[in-house]
Amino acid sequence: MLFKNIPIRKKLLRIIFLINGIVLLVACVAFFLYEYYIFRKTTIEKLSTIGKIVSANSTAALAFDSPDDAKEILAALKNEPHIVMASLYDKKGNLFTEYHAGKEVKNFPVHPETSGYHFVQSHLEGFESVMQDGKQLGTLYLRSDMGALQERMRLYAGIVAIVLIVSFLLAYLLVKILKKSISTPIISLAETAKIISTKKDYSVRAVKMGNDEIGSLTDAFNQMLAQIQQQDDSLKEFTQNLEQKVMVRTDQLESVNKELEGFSYSVSHDLRAPLRAIIGFTAILEEDYTSKLDNEARRITSVIKSNTEKMGRLIDDLLSFSRLGRQEMAKTKTDMAMLVNEVKDFFAIEDEFAKIKWVIRPLPQIDANANMVRQVWMNLISNAVKYSAKCESPSIEIGSYVKGDQTVFFVKDNGVGFDEQYRDKLFKVFQRLHSAEEFEGTGIGLALVQKIIVKQGGRVWAEGEEGNGACFYFSLPS
Amino acid sequence: MKISNVELLLVEDNPDDAELTIRHLKQNNMANNLFHVRDGEEALQFIFSTGKFEGHGDLMQQPKIILLDIKMPKINGIEVLQRIKGDPRTRTIPVVILTSSKEDPDIQKCYALGATSYIVKPVNFESFAEAIKNLGFYWLLLNQPPFENA
Repeated sequence: MLFKNIPIRKKLLRIIFLINGIVLLVACVAFFLYEYYIFRKTTIEKLSTIGKIVSANSTAALAFDSPDDAKEILAALKNEPHIVMASLYDKKGNLFTEYHAGKEVKNFPVHPETSGYHFVQSHLEGFESVMQDGKQLGTLYLRSDMGALQERMRLYAGIVAIVLIVSFLLAYLLVKILKKSISTPIISLAETAKIISTKKDYSVRAVKMGNDEIGSLTDAFNQMLAQIQQQDDSLKEFTQNLEQKVMVRTDQLESVNKELEGFSYSVSHDLRAPLRAIIGFTAILEEDYTSKLDNEARRITSVIKSNTEKMGRLIDDLLSFSRLGRQEMAKTKTDMAMLVNEVKDFFAIEDEFAKIKWVIRPLPQIDANANMVRQVWMNLISNAVKYSAKCESPSIEIGSYVKGDQTVFFVKDNGVGFDEQYRDKLFKVFQRLHSAEEFEGTGIGLALVQKIIVKQGGRVWAEGEEGNGACFYFSLPS
Repeated sequence: MKISNVELLLVEDNPDDAELTIRHLKQNNMANNLFHVRDGEEALQFIFSTGKFEGHGDLMQQPKIILLDIKMPKINGIEVLQRIKGDPRTRTIPVVILTSSKEDPDIQKCYALGATSYIVKPVNFESFAEAIKNLGFYWLLLNQPPFENA
């Protein structure tokens, strides 16, 4: 496992072990080297002292040429167990007497060398001149093993090992204690965060366990929570307010809508009554006073009647237009080809329109309100029929194409067309581009088409040229 | 005209509408036993022989048909219909509703209350006259017992 992925407790343990180990190791090595150096120095000094004492004692034996005495003197060296070999040379440099300790057997140097001590392999050896009154009587050879050093080093190694083990144990205990002050607060912080994110309860606070960095992290965390809680509260409040507002507005809209509906029916009822009276009484005039009315008077009464009827139609159209805005439009899969053929047949059976040439391209099914879309086709096709019926060879083309996420339908005729500069007026209520004498109508049909299509997420537009036909388009989401 | 002999009761607040209706009924010889009241209150007083019609009528001799306008002052057509259909003595009298618009939401309510039929008063009075003529002929001359939702 990567170091960054292991738990903090183990991280701490490893860090402490590592530091502990490095410090101890460095200390031990330094100490060891120092000891080693000091020990060698003292060993040399000690051997040199012994050499000086033995050589001082040996002067008589050498002066009187008594190897036995010399041997006896050297034998005293057995009290120094580390001295393994010793020998004396006469002033000519010949071996005079020798001493062996233990099993170590090695040839003595054949000739004495200059005074001084040095380490040879694992031994310390050296020569000491035997002097008397400034005259050299002979030379002493001493050889000492380094058993003491090795013994001491072994002891040191043991101590180091024990210190390491004890310190590691202490470190382990320390980590256990430290864990409480480092990883426990972090874990509790993480737990708190987890609780908050699962329960979405921002009123929970993390418990602060100390004034260290984790303590300030806990403080920052709690501060952040307080802010979130505050924002959450204000958001909730805002949403509540918004809901309330929406409710109030909806109520207002509903009541306005109801009022409007009531108003529409009142208009429908109350505007019709006087119209009925006008027509009715004009008819009475025509019937009961026939003999008293001349032709002009009868023309006038018929004008009165036809205008009153027109007023009635206007009221009806206006009502159906305003009703449309309040109606729900449930969408179903609507077969456009079927709708178009229905509407086409409605006109095609009339003798009056028999000469119209119909071109109906394949039309797709579409999600829309069938009744409303039928009304759209009815209005557009009846317009096409109305405005092309007077020309020589009228033809009406109906088709569709896909544009982006919408399907565009069109009704194209070769009739009287319209002036492009009045294009925007086409879809306005009661806006007409032709006089009622030329073409009858109330000017509500295209406005109705636009309202229906826009309400279902589409768009309407038209292209045309005066005397050269018109094409009306509407789009619906595919 | 004897009030007790009324065959057709016209409840209509608009005097012009009433005049035209009566004129057309007359032309078709159906206004002989017609009685015209001007609002719902009068209609109820007439039907139940109360108020100014107290003692004038015989509850057993009810009109054969009632033409009832919906929109009227004081007591509207719906309330009148409710009262007529709510009383066992008058429940069987066929009531034809007169309305100015076929989109009138009250039409459904009237059917639910037991109205026999409805006539839309069109702007062109000739078609209205035609409708009344047919209806009057059907109810007055054939004198059939009423049945629901004819």
